[in-house]
Amino acid sequence: MTTKTKVAITRVQELPVRAGIPVTIDGHSIAVFKVTDGSVYAIENKSPHPKGGVLSEGLVSGNYVFCPVYDWKISLIDGKVQAPDEGQVQTYHVDIEQNTIYISI
Amino acid sequence: MHKKKIVMIGNGMAGIRTIEEILKNSIDTYDITIFGKEPHPNYNRIQLSTVLQGDTTVDDIILNNWDWYEKNNIQLFTGEMITNVDTDKKLVESNKGRQVFYDQLIFATGSSPFIIPVPGVDKKGITGFRDIQDCETMIKSAEDYKKAVVIGGGLLGLEAAKGLCNLGMDVNVVHLMPHLMERQLDATAATMLKEELERQGINFLMEKQTVEVLGDDRVTGLRFKDGSEVEADLIVMAVGIKSNAQLAKEAGVSTNRGIIVNDYMETDIPDVYAIGECAEHRGMVYGLVAPLYEQAQVLAKRICQVDTEPYQGSVTGTQLKVAGVDLYSAGEIEDDETTKSIKVHNDYEGVYKKVVIRDNLVVGTVLYGETAESTRLFRMLSKQEDVSEMTSLSILQAAGEAEESDVAIMPNDELVCGCNGVTKGTIVDAIHAQDLTTVDQVGGCTNAGRSCGRCKPMIADLLAHTLGDGFDAANQKEAICGCTTLSRDEVVAEIREKGLSTVKEVMHVLEWQNEEGCNKCRPALNYYLGMVYPDYKDERDSRLVNEKMHANIQKDCTYSVVPRMYGGVTNPEDLKKLADVAIKYDVPLVKLTGGQRIGLFGIKKEDLTAIWEELDMPSGYAYGKSLRTVKTCVGAKFCRYGTQDSMGLGMELEKKFERLDTPHKFKMGVSGCPRNCAESGIKDIGIIGIDGGWEMYVAGNGGTDLRAGDLLYTVKTKEELIDIASAFLQYYRETGKYLERTSKWVERLGLDHIKTVLEDDTQRKELIDRLNKTLARYNEPWKEAVEDGEIQDKYYTKLEPQLTTV
Ligand code: SRM
Ligand SMILES: Cc1cc2nc3c(=O)[nH]c(=O)nc-3n(C[C@H](O)[C@H](O)[C@H](O)COP(=O)(O)OP(=O)(O)OC[C@H]3O[C@@H](n4cnc5c(N)ncnc54)[C@H](O)[C@@H]3O)c2cc1C
Ligand code: SF4
Ligand code: FES
Repeated sequence: MTTKTKVAITRVQELPVRAGIPVTIDGHSIAVFKVTDGSVYAIENKSPHPKGGVLSEGLVSGNYVFCPVYDWKISLIDGKVQAPDEGQVQTYHVDIEQNTIYISI
Repeated sequence: MHKKKIVMIGNGMAGIRTIEEILKNSIDTYDITIFGKEPHPNYNRIQLSTVLQGDTTVDDIILNNWDWYEKNNIQLFTGEMITNVDTDKKLVESNKGRQVFYDQLIFATGSSPFIIPVPGVDKKGITGFRDIQDCETMIKSAEDYKKAVVIGGGLLGLEAAKGLCNLGMDVNVVHLMPHLMERQLDATAATMLKEELERQGINFLMEKQTVEVLGDDRVTGLRFKDGSEVEADLIVMAVGIKSNAQLAKEAGVSTNRGIIVNDYMETDIPDVYAIGECAEHRGMVYGLVAPLYEQAQVLAKRICQVDTEPYQGSVTGTQLKVAGVDLYSAGEIEDDETTKSIKVHNDYEGVYKKVVIRDNLVVGTVLYGETAESTRLFRMLSKQEDVSEMTSLSILQAAGEAEESDVAIMPNDELVCGCNGVTKGTIVDAIHAQDLTTVDQVGGCTNAGRSCGRCKPMIADLLAHTLGDGFDAANQKEAICGCTTLSRDEVVAEIREKGLSTVKEVMHVLEWQNEEGCNKCRPALNYYLGMVYPDYKDERDSRLVNEKMHANIQKDCTYSVVPRMYGGVTNPEDLKKLADVAIKYDVPLVKLTGGQRIGLFGIKKEDLTAIWEELDMPSGYAYGKSLRTVKTCVGAKFCRYGTQDSMGLGMELEKKFERLDTPHKFKMGVSGCPRNCAESGIKDIGIIGIDGGWEMYVAGNGGTDLRAGDLLYTVKTKEELIDIASAFLQYYRETGKYLERTSKWVERLGLDHIKTVLEDDTQRKELIDRLNKTLARYNEPWKEAVEDGEIQDKYYTKLEPQLTTV
């Protein structure tokens, strides 16, 4: 089993609402989102569409982000592409401790 | 009690229609399981042509979404193929090893493209045209390859060819016979069709028999029997289809061309049925949905043990779904010794009509260029009406004023929707009984219009006729997106009436189904609010990436920067700045755009604000649903023919209207004389200088729907011109649907109607006034981003966390 690394990203209040923020950790491109209800999610920053775009630039609605280039609707919670399209992006575990956001990879 | 278990193999159009009919007949008495090889829920296969031709997306053609299956308790396995059927054990088995028992089994496996058996057909780059996957293959190929060859000049082949042509490929259609669509068209109509398609850019290789596919790993071309060859890097096989009957055959069910069924869609094995393109009934295998839907009704009743008339076969009619081609054909198309036919051939207008008559009965028809009479002729054909009392003219044209497609005099039992077998009576009853007001609602209740869509105009006529004044023709379009049932007009009316002022409020008050909407409604609502309130505070996060970033995103997720060059006029200082920036930031592409200005392409997101700052030029809005450019010619200041100062006017217009939000992008052009070097004829507003004044053209389009502008007015002064341009723009803003270019908008509202509004002094003044108020609200967005740290943080910086690993 590989051990997970937990990385501090930023403070919760630093994250803008409903806009994706790109970060690179250890070679992984990750998009971090704070949605309207305050929850924070981290997913792989690339739409699974063969020519898809960076998800951090996509429109955020509720717990979904729309791929900015091909419109695929992707769940921030489990990374699943919504029907009728198919696919899944990797999700990363997010912890919030004392107002700091940590991502485990 | 043990529910009866129905298993269906195939998740396509005929199969799912059968299930819909079963659910209608008796809900809840069955336990239904469906296997579909494709990864999608049931979609409208017919509309694949429009997807390929670029008019719709895959999303738009889903007929039964995942919710539908769930709601009806249907167990659905997609991307899973049945590979084995044991009719003794009553068991099916899938390629994933899943085994399911059935009480009743329905084969609805459809058919597959027929692949001609010549050497080389196993190479890469060959596809059929049958499903979403094929469509995607073609769309993908068009990105990397240029030369397409379609084998087969029938319905499917021509629709595929047109699609590939729209995707920018060079298309050759190879056809074995001397005429296209020889089973549906006679020589005259086929020739007219071929000429039209040639005009649209398709090339034809007639009377060619393919004997070999050339190439190593991927195809490079075809060789024909006569020794000639054609190059190709994509080959689409559209020579015909073959029923998917193999699985049934292996299970011991009798098959011939298809799975043999009787008049109740029963095979020769008890409790095993077949429906759709995989079934053969009285020697016929049908390849159109209308007969398959008739079969579905019979089968559903049979399964639900409801009395039903037997299925006795169908007469079918076909049309071609290619833009610019109106074509209909049904029944017999060629004359023989026993027939007489009425023909009208107006070569000038490109109209050809032929009605074939035997023993005073209509037995076939071919219509080209004008197909309004198709329903009536089809009725005469299928009902075997005696036409001996009719004159030849009245056979071709309905009695009375043939002007309108007269739904009023149409008998109640006349078919309106051929695909779904829905009559006028059924539609009118549904409109009354369920208070229907839109074409989509009629489709929801009766299925009419849900397949090929050809009957939609007639359904709209029926609504108009049935509802009288209660019918609002402009309101006939669908809801603005799946989050609501409200149309654009309803939403705008609610915003005004209830004073709703933010996107969130609109969604909340109007009971949106998804709390924060989707990528269709959010940008639209943001636009409508901005249109209603001149001082609206834009909601940036409801804009899609290009407008949100004030820069177009590119395929590699870099951005472009296109600054204003008003009227296409520049100066050494600006050029120098552009050059300096391009060098400093190592800009990969500096290009003159089609809008008479210079674009910098391939810019990293983090560099955007710095570049804007150094350029210190206003945004050219090359990304906006907004005024793009005002293209000008040199005009009277320099050109020997110029009658007016086109550059001066162009720059003035661009400065006045820049940044304004419009339903879709808006382009203008100003030329100094009728030679029209600024291409004013294809602009949203195009102006041409003439001696002593200006001509104003509107609703031209040089993009997807190429359209020449209509002359709106000839005006004498610049002031008058600016007034009319302002009022026109504002009226478009106030009545246009989000993402509707002026070309579509003018056709929807009618130029005369727009002129009446503009000519009404009070209305014109008010429009101009509201426009000017709105124009006052804008700031220069690049400057704003440069100066506002918060905007920079949120949109233009990459988070560089101190990565403290714990
Ligand atoms: C840069 C440019 C091509 C060029 O290299 O010259 C261009 C580039 C794009 N065009 Fe265009 N169009 C450009 C001139 C045109 C023209 C020619 C013209 O304006 O004279 C047309 C046809 C004229 C017309 O619109 O009537 C044109 C018709 C389109 C269309 C089809 C619009 C339609 O209603 O049919 C789209 C798609 C859309 O808007 O939905 C489009 C969309 C696009 C987008 C924004 C696609 C996108 O969303 O990513 C492209 C952005 C590329 C980028 O990286 O910035 N572009 N586009 C031109 C920019 C002009 C400018 O300075 O602003
Ligand atoms: C591009 C195009 C344009 C068309 N235009 C028109 C038109 O204008 N008008 C018209 O009336 N008709 C048109 N048609 C024809 C129409 O779409 C078909 O007649 C109709 O879809 C047939 O329905 P079906 O259910 O028999 O087969 P399908 O809709 O093909 O459904 C069969 C399904 O079964 C699945 N399947 C097959 N074998 C298995 C297995 N072993 N296990 C699991 N699943 C399996 C297949 O993958 C498929 O999804 C068009 C067709 C195409 C391709
Ligand atoms: S449109 Fe007329 S005035 Fe303008 S450049 Fe062409 S010829 Fe000269
Ligand atoms: S005629 Fe095809 S959908 Fe109505």
